[in-house]
Amino acid sequence: MTVIFDRLVFSDVTRHFERRRALSRVSFACSAGEIVGLLGHNGAGKSTLLAIAATLLRPSAGEVRYGERTADEGGAAIRAQLGLLGHEAQLYPELTAAENLAFFARLQHLTDVTRRVREALDRAGLSDRAGDLVSGFSRGMRQRLALERTLLHAPRLLLLDEPFTGLDQASTSALVARLAAIAREGGIVLLATHDLLLAERVVTRAVILANGRLAGDVSDPAGLRAQYARVHAEPA
Amino acid sequence: MGRFVRTAWHIARKDLTVEVRSREIIATTMFFAVSCVLVFAFALVREGRVVVDAAAGILWIAIAFAGTLALGRTFERERFGDTLRALMLAPADRPAIYVGKLAAILAVLIAVELLLVPLVALLFQASLFAHPLPLVLLLLLGTIGFAAVGTLFAAMLVRARSRDVLLPVLLYPITVPVIIAGVRGTAALLAEPADLAMGQFWIALLAFFDVVFIVLSLWTFEPLMTE
Repeated sequence: MTVIFDRLVFSDVTRHFERRRALSRVSFACSAGEIVGLLGHNGAGKSTLLAIAATLLRPSAGEVRYGERTADEGGAAIRAQLGLLGHEAQLYPELTAAENLAFFARLQHLTDVTRRVREALDRAGLSDRAGDLVSGFSRGMRQRLALERTLLHAPRLLLLDEPFTGLDQASTSALVARLAAIAREGGIVLLATHDLLLAERVVTRAVILANGRLAGDVSDPAGLRAQYARVHAEPA
Repeated sequence: MGRFVRTAWHIARKDLTVEVRSREIIATTMFFAVSCVLVFAFALVREGRVVVDAAAGILWIAIAFAGTLALGRTFERERFGDTLRALMLAPADRPAIYVGKLAAILAVLIAVELLLVPLVALLFQASLFAHPLPLVLLLLLGTIGFAAVGTLFAAMLVRARSRDVLLPVLLYPITVPVIIAGVRGTAALLAEPADLAMGQFWIALLAFFDVVFIVLSLWTFEPLMTE
């Protein structure tokens, strides 16, 4: 079963970790073609929201809909349309760059794995390091490889947690261009970042979280920093 | 079903590739198991005489202790690079991850047993190879039962701060029936003359435990792993 969805809808999503409330009744929607920035201070709930969108966490209350379906209704078919790049690179240091990509391509049940791996390594600028163990890679190289691992199956929904960490200027620009291309092709990108300058360059819209609550929804990225400062200046 | 099996196979193959490269789990587990057997051999073998049924007990203690070490380490690897999250996003039923990890752990433990069994036979003058087929069945079914529960608990505890302490605390009480069945079955085979009927009884009981443990683990894996 294939699930194609054009909208990701968070409805009153609440998440508790024992007595601590990480998210409180967060509601917003993202549509195909959007790059939505998820902004907020440390502990605002950005990573928790991404984990819920990735089906790795269940909301304590509320729901997330991928088109018409929830994660429980869609199951593996929804996961086939998700790509997640977290704080860590999610790569095996004991495997080579090519082996890592081939393993994750096979987990996604992709065909023509060799070609896909070669193309992904080309895009990451790591073709000449294909046979090297990931344990010997720099942070930036791992991040580029991790991004390609995330995009191997051309996910419909791309969830990124601080994806620019460790990238140099050229790699950052390449990633910005790549995200724009994914959005143009109808993907939904949800991107958590602290970097407001970069966010202004990348996102088409931004959602601001403060203390687990939705504190702002900014449709014009040009006014992002001013809006962010205003939200955090107001008493909670 | 095809996707389930393929996913499990890819995960098991990946784990074994990583293990062949690092030799981390196999080396530590074998070292620990051999040390354990040697210590007991010095304590329990006096002037060439061995305490009755000691060989069976020592064999299964070494398997259980070494298995706990291997179980903890295999999920520690997935935690280290946060790769468990990437596995959880695979578009197959999530219990396939459990089956893949279980298969890899079993391969490692069987390799350890290939060294342990001759060592115990030698040090404890035990006729472990007199009835090879029942012994292989006992070891295989006992190891599956132990690893089936252990893999579930190790996965469940991967994010717990005190996972190293909690794993044996949770694992041993649940797997006591498997260890007892393994010890009594092995002792029956080592008796003079060997009690093959009793051996078969314990083999059947181990097969029953395995079915129960694996079914429960497959059933609970996804809810336990989706926080």
